[in-house]
Parts: sequence; structure tokens; C-alpha cells
Amino acid sequence: MDTILPILAGAIFATGIYMLLRQSLILTIIGIILISNSVNLALFSLGRISTENPPLIAAGSVMPEAPFANPLPQALILTAIVIGFGLLAFALALAYRSYKELGTVNQDELLEDPEDTSSAIVTHTENNENRDS
Amino acid sequence: MNGLLVLPVVIPLITATLALLFRKSSAMQRWIGVAGMAVLLVSVAMLFRDVYGDGIQVLQLGTWEAPFGITLVADMLSMLMLGISAVMGLIIAIYSIYDIDKQREQFGYYPLLHILLMGVNGSFLTGDIFNLYVWFEVMLIASFILLALGNSRNQLQGALKYVIINLFSSLIFLFGVALLYGMTGTLNMADLALRLPEVENVGLVTTVAMIFLVSFGIKAAIFPLFFWLPASYHTPPVAISAIFGGLLTKVGVYALIRVFTLLFTQDVGYTHTILIWVAGFTMVTGVLGAASHYEFRKILSFHIVSQIGYMIMGLAFNTALGLMGAIFYVLHNILAKTNLFLISGIAQRLMGTFELKQMGGLYRHYPFLAALFLISAFALAGFPPLSGFWAKLTLVKAGLSLGEYVITAVAILVGLLTLFSMTKIWMTAFWAAVPEKGVPDHFGKMPLFGAGNLYIMVVPVMIVAGLIILVGLFAQPLLEICLTAAEQLLDPSVYIEAVMGPQ
Amino acid sequence: MQSLILHTTTRMMIGVLVLFSLFLFFRGHDEPGGGFIGGLVGAGAFTLYAIAFGTAATRKILRIHPITLIAIGLASLVISGLIPMFMGDPFLTGKWLFLELGGSEVKLSTPLIFDIGVYLCVVGFIVAVIFSLEEEPLTF
Repeated sequence: MDTILPILAGAIFATGIYMLLRQSLILTIIGIILISNSVNLALFSLGRISTENPPLIAAGSVMPEAPFANPLPQALILTAIVIGFGLLAFALALAYRSYKELGTVNQDELLEDPEDTSSAIVTHTENNENRDS
Repeated sequence: MNGLLVLPVVIPLITATLALLFRKSSAMQRWIGVAGMAVLLVSVAMLFRDVYGDGIQVLQLGTWEAPFGITLVADMLSMLMLGISAVMGLIIAIYSIYDIDKQREQFGYYPLLHILLMGVNGSFLTGDIFNLYVWFEVMLIASFILLALGNSRNQLQGALKYVIINLFSSLIFLFGVALLYGMTGTLNMADLALRLPEVENVGLVTTVAMIFLVSFGIKAAIFPLFFWLPASYHTPPVAISAIFGGLLTKVGVYALIRVFTLLFTQDVGYTHTILIWVAGFTMVTGVLGAASHYEFRKILSFHIVSQIGYMIMGLAFNTALGLMGAIFYVLHNILAKTNLFLISGIAQRLMGTFELKQMGGLYRHYPFLAALFLISAFALAGFPPLSGFWAKLTLVKAGLSLGEYVITAVAILVGLLTLFSMTKIWMTAFWAAVPEKGVPDHFGKMPLFGAGNLYIMVVPVMIVAGLIILVGLFAQPLLEICLTAAEQLLDPSVYIEAVMGPQ
Repeated sequence: MQSLILHTTTRMMIGVLVLFSLFLFFRGHDEPGGGFIGGLVGAGAFTLYAIAFGTAATRKILRIHPITLIAIGLASLVISGLIPMFMGDPFLTGKWLFLELGGSEVKLSTPLIFDIGVYLCVVGFIVAVIFSLEEEPLTF
């Protein structure tokens, strides 16, 4: 497990980066999901995976039976998953709104500048001329 | 143990909850919003008194001892950041009363503003690296919604860029946290500071340091990771632009200062050299970007980038003088930058546009507003006796005393170029003649005070301008506090002992 | 959605789902379960109802506006944290009250209040998201 999981995390991360760079906004968000999962996996495997007793305290005792597994990575991952879940819900809603508003999920068209900035300077000088005259 | 430490996080949460419960009534929300910020300011002032008198204050949440539980730590740097964020929160809450429209209020503007403040304050206070990630996310989700609220084409475009790049940076941050945990088995920052020097593989520690640099760098908008900022900060209403421009990037800077003074000090020769290069390029590209634009808020956005460079420069020097300059620069910059954004909002109300080429005549009709702009713009460029002068003087002195002549020269040159952009705004929006067409009817007739309630926007600007002058004229006490903060940063043993108990 | 099968099953299932979510919630006091997962199942019940009968009907059976649910949830989170502060302990310290009721022991605690808050926040959040996505077009 100690070698498989990091390799898997790396592979998912790479796939996520590839998806992140695609044209469609939806694929970009899928890329973010994949990267998020791979990071969770990395967090899990870096917390040292071991096959020991579950860290549950039996009735009547104050400590789990040693040797017990490390519960912290799972707590961290759960937090990260919950946060990621919220952020993702927002990102998807935003993508949906953008699609409704702008009528496309192609990022080149989505992020097109509404006003052409290259002509801004020209208009500026024109304006100044108008003021002088 | 100091129970006050939790208040800067809990008060915004309570305020947000109340504002949510009373979301039907705009008037109630406004009152709750302003009152919550005022209470927050008072609590921060009380906490400041404790830290100033008795040194670093610590609270173990839920009575779980460090390093097992989550620790809240308030040292001088945290306190200064908390103080300035509370002041800015109050200013923005007042400004929002006029600036934010009814629809945004109905859709939860005030709760979100306070949740944002909660995330910012939590980031400043926490002593746990995973908890820092959580506070960053709290701050981010609130900022996402604030940015997208309104759903106009411009805003959606800005929000998309902002959301995707920030999600990515958070994931990199989390990956860095995972590596740190894998190396040391702890997440408490003080405990990490104790254990990181024992890690045998120094190269891996430096790699993690670079991962953190990239992640916080995206949030702080340093070169070459700043491109999202000028693309999104000019889209939402001005009050939101102002709080983003003032506070959010500085949280990234705070995180950089924290990790590069407390955790990653093993290979200073490598990491801090990179920081110096980054600082130089950030300053230059930011100011050049500003020079090429003609939209009021886009110019200011590029200047945020450029000013971040100064702060990184102070951090890169890694001396008491350099850090003191960096911290003072953060404080000064939050004041000056937020004020310029707020002034851009007033100018937009009067002229109906942010495009400089369609503006003019503000000086003729509103000389008082022009004076307020001059104070903030000169402070940003570093004119004596305003706050920016002392900030730049300290940084230049720190650079010269280290013999870093090139970066110091760049810093001074960028100061000049900053002045150029500010002059550009002054020449077009304030000094040029009133444009012949496209000017709203109320221009020149709408008074700053009295009818039209514009004074709700002007008074906060006046308060901040007053603070800028005050900081400039009485810089010595604040500089001394910044020096205390810098010394605490350079000697982490005090911080570690406060959190972990005597070693 | 007009489907007899969906309508009938939903009517039967909603009570079971809400009960199951409460079961998960109370079980989480000592065993795996808790406010978050319970809230997810509870939100699932209302989501199912919204798909079958529309959001207006769901608002009616929910009675409280989802945003208000979130606000109440947040308030109970804050209260659970503040109770120990008034007793002189740091924020969020767990405080327990053991009651003997009819021979069995009932444990009341601040973590329970915290969990109620989590439950309400999760239900409120998901239902609010579902509502606003279902009720297109948005006014804002």
C-alpha cells in the first residue's frame, strides 16, 4: 500500500492537471475534483498506513488498545473532503450560471474581454484632442 | 490562557448569524453589520493591550494541550494584522451602507462580509498549519460569493478566474501540509518549528518550502502568479474591491512571513534569494502593468501587485529592520490602498464610470475629494511626511545596510513609477476639463455632504485619510511596535515556548 | 416530476429517511455516525421530496426557510462553544451533564449541541442549494 497509493495519487494528479488545461469549463472543474482527490490520497498515504487496532476506546478504558492506527489523517481528509465538497458545489453553480448568462462553456469564449483594450489608448488620445479643440 | 483570543473569530460569526436571522430587513442588517465591526474592534483593542503588556498570548481550544489540539496564538505580528483588519472592517461596513444595493443585501452581503472577516482573523490567530488551511477556505468561500454576487457578465468572468486559480492554490497548500505531516508527524506550527531542523533530508524541507511559496504566492499575488488579480478585482462593487484589495492579498503575505520566519529557516541562502528575485519582479511588473491601463480600479489592482513586492522584499532581507519595514509596509498599504479604492467608488458615483478617459473635472467641482485622493496617492508613492515614506525609508535602509543595492534601487525606481500612475489618475480624472458628453446630470450639483447621502461614503474615506496622516506624523510608536513584532519573528524560541511550554 | 412510482415511494420513504438521519445523528454520540452524515441523509430526504413534488411543496413540509436553518445551526455552534467560556474554560471545551432517567443514563453535553448545529447547517445548506438550482430562473 505504501508504494501503490503515492503512485496512484501522482497519476490522478497528472490526469487532473491535463483536465484543468482543457477548453471546456466543466472539464476544468473535473480536473479540480481529480486534483482534490489525489491530494486527499496523498494526505492519507503520508499519514503512514498501518494495519493495527482501530483507534476506538473500548468501554471502561481510557486509551485505545496499543498498537493502534493513526486516526488523524482520516480526520484531516474528512475536513478536506467537506471543504472541497462546499467549494465544488459553488464552482459548479458558478459554471452553470456562466453557461446560462454567457451561453457557452468554452473558456476562450467565456473569458473574452467584452471591451477591446487594445483600442483604449487610441480613444484616450482622441478624447484629449477633443478636449483641446 | 487568555479567553479573549477567541473573540476576533467568534464575534464575526455571531454577527453573521444575527444578520442571517434578520436578512429580511436591510436596515437591521446594516446596523448589525456596523455594530458587529465596532465590537470586534473593541475586542481586538483589549487583546492588543494584553499582548503589548505581557507578550505572546496563547489559548488551547477545547483544553486540548498543544501539539494535539488547535492552538490560537497572538504575537505582535498577529495583533497588528488583526487591528488593521478590524479597522478596515468597520470602515467598509460603514461605506457599504450607501455603496451596496438592496438586492445584494437581500442575498447575504453582510453575513458574507463578516464570515470573510472571520476567516481573515482566524488565519492571523491560528497556530496550527492545517487550521490555517481551514481558515483560508472560510475566507475563500466568502470571497467567492462576494465576488460573484450580482451575476453580471463581467463579474462572472472575473469570478471564474479567481475561483479556479484559488481552488488550485488551496490544493497545493493542502499537499504541502500533507508533506509536512509526513515528515514530522505534527501540524502545530510551534512543534513543527522544533522538529523541522531534525529532519535529515534538508532538500525535501526546501521543496516543501517552495510548495508553500507557490501556494501563498498565488494568494498574495506575487510574480509570476499574480495574473488573476487584475483580471478580477475590478469587477465587484467598490466596497468589495476595497476589502479584497486591502486585506485578502495581505493574508497571503502574512502566511508567507509566518512560515518563512518560523518554519523554513534551514536553507535561508536558497529560499530567501528566490524571495528577493520574486520581490523585484513583482514590484516592476506590477507597476508597469499599472502604467499601461486606463481604468481606475485596474490601475489600483496592478498597484496591489507592485506593493506586494515591497513586503516580500522586507521578508527576504530576514533582518529585524527588513521585517519591521515589511510589517509597517503592510499596515500602511492596507490603509492607502483601501482608501484609493473607496475614492474610486465615490468618483464613479459622481462621474458614472471608472474609465479615466471619460472622467475629468473632479478637482474643479470637488476639491475636497481631490485633497483626499492626493493624501492617499502620495502616501502610496511614499511622500514625506505620510505613512508610505516611513515604510519605504525603513525598507531602503534595511536594503542598504545589507549591501543589497540592486533591489534597493529597483524599490526606489518603482516608487517613482508609482507616482507616475498616480499622476496619470490625477491628470485625467481630477485635473482635466469636464468631458463634453457622457457626464451624469448630477455631476457638480450633488454635494459631498448633505443631500444625496453621499457623506456615508465620504466620511470613512476621511477617517482613513486621517489615519494615514496620523501614522505619518507619529510614526515612531508604531515603528517601535513593528520592531517588537519583527524581533519576535526572528527569535521563534519565545513563540515556541509560549505554545509548547518551557522546553 | 409526474411519476406515480416516484410519488408513492417518496411518500413512504421520506419519514424513514428522516428517522434514519436522526438515528445516525444520535448514534454518532458514541459510535460512527454524527451530525454531518445525519444531516446529509436528512437533506437527501428533502431533496427526494423536492424532485418528486417540486420545491413549493417541500418548502411547505420543511416549514422553516433553509437559510434560517443555517442561521440556527450556526447559533447553536456558537452557543456550544461559549457555554464552557462562561464556566471559565477555553472556547469549545466539552462539558457533560449525566442524568439518571428511569434507570438508564442520559448524557447531555456541549458536543451534542455542536452536533445539532452541524446537522442543521448541513440540511440547510444542501436544501438551499437544491432549491436555488431548481427554482430557475434566479432573480439575482
